[in-house]
Amino acid sequence: MSNNKPQIKCNNLALGYDGRVVAEDISFEVVQGDYLCIVGENGAGKSTLIKTLLKLNLPMGGKLEMDGELARGGIGYLPQQTEVQKDFPASVREIVLSGCIKSNGFRPFYSKSQKQLACDSMKKLGIDNLANCSYRELSGGQQQRVLLARALCASQKILLLDEPAAGLDPVATAEMYAVIEELNKSGITIVMVSHDVAAAMKYAKHILHISHKLLFFGSVADYRVSNVGKAFLGGGDAQ
Amino acid sequence: MSDILYYFDFPFVRYALVVTMMIALCASLFGVTLVLKRFSFIGDGLSHGAFGAFAVAAVLQVSNELIVVLPVTVAMAIFLLRAGRRAKIKGDAALAMVSVGALSIGYLLLNVFSVSGNIAGDVCASLFGATSILTLSKTDVILCLVLSVAVILLFVFFYNKIFAVTFDEDFAAAIGEKTEIYNTIIAVVTAVIIVLAMKLVGALIVSALIIFPALSAMRTFKSFRGVTVCTAVIAVLCAAIGFVASIIWELPVGPSIVLVNIISFVAFFCIGKCAGR
Repeated sequence: MSNNKPQIKCNNLALGYDGRVVAEDISFEVVQGDYLCIVGENGAGKSTLIKTLLKLNLPMGGKLEMDGELARGGIGYLPQQTEVQKDFPASVREIVLSGCIKSNGFRPFYSKSQKQLACDSMKKLGIDNLANCSYRELSGGQQQRVLLARALCASQKILLLDEPAAGLDPVATAEMYAVIEELNKSGITIVMVSHDVAAAMKYAKHILHISHKLLFFGSVADYRVSNVGKAFLGGGDAQ
Repeated sequence: MSDILYYFDFPFVRYALVVTMMIALCASLFGVTLVLKRFSFIGDGLSHGAFGAFAVAAVLQVSNELIVVLPVTVAMAIFLLRAGRRAKIKGDAALAMVSVGALSIGYLLLNVFSVSGNIAGDVCASLFGATSILTLSKTDVILCLVLSVAVILLFVFFYNKIFAVTFDEDFAAAIGEKTEIYNTIIAVVTAVIIVLAMKLVGALIVSALIIFPALSAMRTFKSFRGVTVCTAVIAVLCAAIGFVASIIWELPVGPSIVLVNIISFVAFFCIGKCAGR
């Protein structure tokens, strides 16, 4: 299933915005089926890295290579919720469908196959019964699933998740991670930014730790015994 | 009732009613996006800016003031929407500056280079809308209709893109949509609508046409499509009722329409509260 050519490959990448570099010398790669967790303190450059991968920010230096399709906007993105969305009058179906918009080109309306794709995505995440509900009336966990279903419409190959469990209660958090694990097992690459180091250690295959520069990139097992990992995990990850 | 029929015997009254409803419809459609993007005040700022441009056109004695007002307002809209995107506070301040500045300079210009004997009357008319809607020339009517139809077609054609950009601009950009283009389209169309609607209701209250129907619809409807359709219906009905009322009781057109909109907002607010929890 997984081929050897990486989906994303970064070489000495420098990140920043408005002409200011916030992190540099970032090198890592992501292969298909991978589950990479990006960790680091606030302001370490995690969000900037995500934005650079999505081409919302331009790299300030170094090299960023992506698989053909990904480079043309084929990444499913789960952003952090904005203030605007919390009170937005839209049905679940409308939001999930908007994930298909890229493949529309100049056609003003969605095709049958796009509607089917949206339907399948909702089923996969167990929210097909909510299709006609209003987004603003859902619980935090349900809202995240809606946005995840939308991301799934944009790409069935790779998902980029920015703090998927932010603001969720413990039960919803556990459910969210379970859903993501399920997707990963079906062959979808997961790249996730998280504060939740315990969850990262539990679910991820690889860890990328940055703090204005690359501190660690490698497998979870290696991270656990590395100096960086030991310091960052502290006593919190006892197993 | 016979009163109304009597008035509608005049073709200019019928034209005026059609133009009123079309402009209200256009304004309300893009209002949904502006309200949701937290740009409600853009309409207000732009209309004040347009008043400044209108004053310049009057002083220069340009035969058709649209030639001056339209490009200036479009330029301001693009500037303001872009400034607003970069940093919230900066955009806010820029808006306030443009708004008050243009209003003052406009009034100063009209005073210093007065071209008519009745400055107060002229200014009042352009700020609050006069009965000028009843004195529209045939070219004005046709121009209004053509632009309105263009705006509505544009909205229908870009409906899904507008939704995507309004709900989540970062996501749309991440999957490769040209969000800048759609934002610019929204800015330009907003400017066009404001210039058109200014004739109808006046510069100070033009933004009411943009925000009220959308806000009313959002109280009760839960899907974007529901809100959009409801907004359009509210806008057209309120415009028609306000227009007829203004003719019967000889009220100014603009404020009458706004009053009907306020009443409908209160009604929808109550319905939403009862249906909600």
